[in-house]
Amino acid sequence: MALENADIEKIAILARLQVINSETNDYANSISSILSLIDQMQQVDTDGVEPLSNPHDATQRLRKDEVTCDNQREAFIAIAPATEDGLYLVPKVLD
Amino acid sequence: MSWEIVIGLEIHVQLATKSKLFSGAKVGFGAEANTQTTLVDLGMPGALPVFNEEALRMAVTFGTAINAEVCKHSVFARKNYFYPDSPKGYQTSQMDHPIVGLGHLDIQLEDGSTKRVGVTRAHLEEDAGKSLHEDYDGMTGIDLNRSSTPLLEIVSEPDMSNAKEAVAYMRKMHAIVTTIGISDGNMAEGSMRCDANVSIRPKGQQKLGTRAELKNINSFKFIERAINVEVQRQIDILEDGGKIAQETRLYDADKNETRPMRSKEEANDYRYFPCPDLLPVEIDDAYIDAIRQSLPELPDQRSARFVDQLGLSEYDAGVLSSSRALADYFEAVVAICNDAKLSANWVTGELAKYMNQNNVEIDAAPVSAVHLGQLISRVKDDTINSKGAKTVFDELWQQAGEVDDIIDANGLKQVSDMGAIEAMIDEVIALSPKQVQQYVDAEVEKRSKMLGFFMGQVMKASKGSANPGQVNGLFKKKLDELC
Repeated sequence: MALENADIEKIAILARLQVINSETNDYANSISSILSLIDQMQQVDTDGVEPLSNPHDATQRLRKDEVTCDNQREAFIAIAPATEDGLYLVPKVLD
Repeated sequence: MSWEIVIGLEIHVQLATKSKLFSGAKVGFGAEANTQTTLVDLGMPGALPVFNEEALRMAVTFGTAINAEVCKHSVFARKNYFYPDSPKGYQTSQMDHPIVGLGHLDIQLEDGSTKRVGVTRAHLEEDAGKSLHEDYDGMTGIDLNRSSTPLLEIVSEPDMSNAKEAVAYMRKMHAIVTTIGISDGNMAEGSMRCDANVSIRPKGQQKLGTRAELKNINSFKFIERAINVEVQRQIDILEDGGKIAQETRLYDADKNETRPMRSKEEANDYRYFPCPDLLPVEIDDAYIDAIRQSLPELPDQRSARFVDQLGLSEYDAGVLSSSRALADYFEAVVAICNDAKLSANWVTGELAKYMNQNNVEIDAAPVSAVHLGQLISRVKDDTINSKGAKTVFDELWQQAGEVDDIIDANGLKQVSDMGAIEAMIDEVIALSPKQVQQYVDAEVEKRSKMLGFFMGQVMKASKGSANPGQVNGLFKKKLDELC
């Protein structure tokens, strides 16, 4: 499966990544070659094979419903780039 | 043209756990910003989620309560999207293997009939944080307290065909989740909210119309209004020859309109994949059966008991069992006054009227079940008549007080003293010769209607405190003696 430049632009938007125009073509080629490897893998006959959701032969461990962490706001706020009134500040979002 | 409405609901129920879905941070509404988070909730690299066993138990409890398939194997998946109130860049949810599969819910329609609404699935997922768009120097403030709060998302089939059915379905879900105790169901605080998928199609057409998704509706009243304005909007567009766009819309209660939120085209590409940080969840039959055995009396069972044991009508029983709080209130009233029928009349009548007018839910009703029970007892033992009882009820609603004090303070005690009533009747007869003559001259079958005038005079003279039953009987006897 080959990706067009337009696909790369869409993926970049979804991933919130900035791709410079001149590099779009390179990305399209690189990702297309990854996808062709996947195409090759998909040739394998997997009929009757259960999809694997995790490679470990184990199941999820459960946690007791207990509050085990105190308020650590001061420590977390200290490593944030911008805060005010206990809130983390991010570039303005408009919905 | 005649249109058919198709509605499906996605209900988000916040599970009443003490700690978060994947971390040991406290869950709670209204705490100071960012005081209830851990490294896991902040999406810090390397911080690993561990699944809360109580959230699992609650989801399975819900599945058994609606007779749905409970899946022994379920898998968490990442739903990828970027928004600053979700610092991980994805929401941990369930996609191909939800914890609860196909089930159904029976709702009671206004005409008393029952309709079965399919439940497609219910899956566990984490909530996101909150964005505060007030201006912080041109930036947006983020509060992550709500991040990783456990949610159960219940998805219905598109089986509802008008706004009232959608409300009935939502109310029934509310009754079930509060009855089985998996959520406080507090809609004002967002513990239960829904998205409604609404579309219309010409009557008789098989193919579904293009749907709009109304997001985050958080009251029963708004569900009905939002769906109704959205349906009208779609009808207007189609009848003008236009096309419905598939989009996410927001209901604005102040303007009573829906408006587009964002184009779904891009946002919808969530690129789900199994979450590598969480292993598949495996449960066995013994676990599910034990939960099924421990289910409390469900709303439908309670309704049936109200009919069988308390002799209520199907309709009253349905209304009274529509929420756990209302049913508990009703049963508390009956426990005091020992009269189910009268209690049902008061709770679905006067109390419901006041709740509606004042926009108050049963938990916040200023008249307690104990007070209403005492009030009904005073009607039953003929201390007050029903008119006086309404006065007492109004007083109890307006301000704190005791039933007997209010009866005394307002002089509402019925005069059941036959001598006093007889004296008043004699006086009215003496003062109304014209009406007495008309009564005597009237045909026998028309006389009972004419009693109204005399009754009114005595009730006026006694300031409403005479026992109407006694007055009526005595008047009839006295007047008939004159004929």
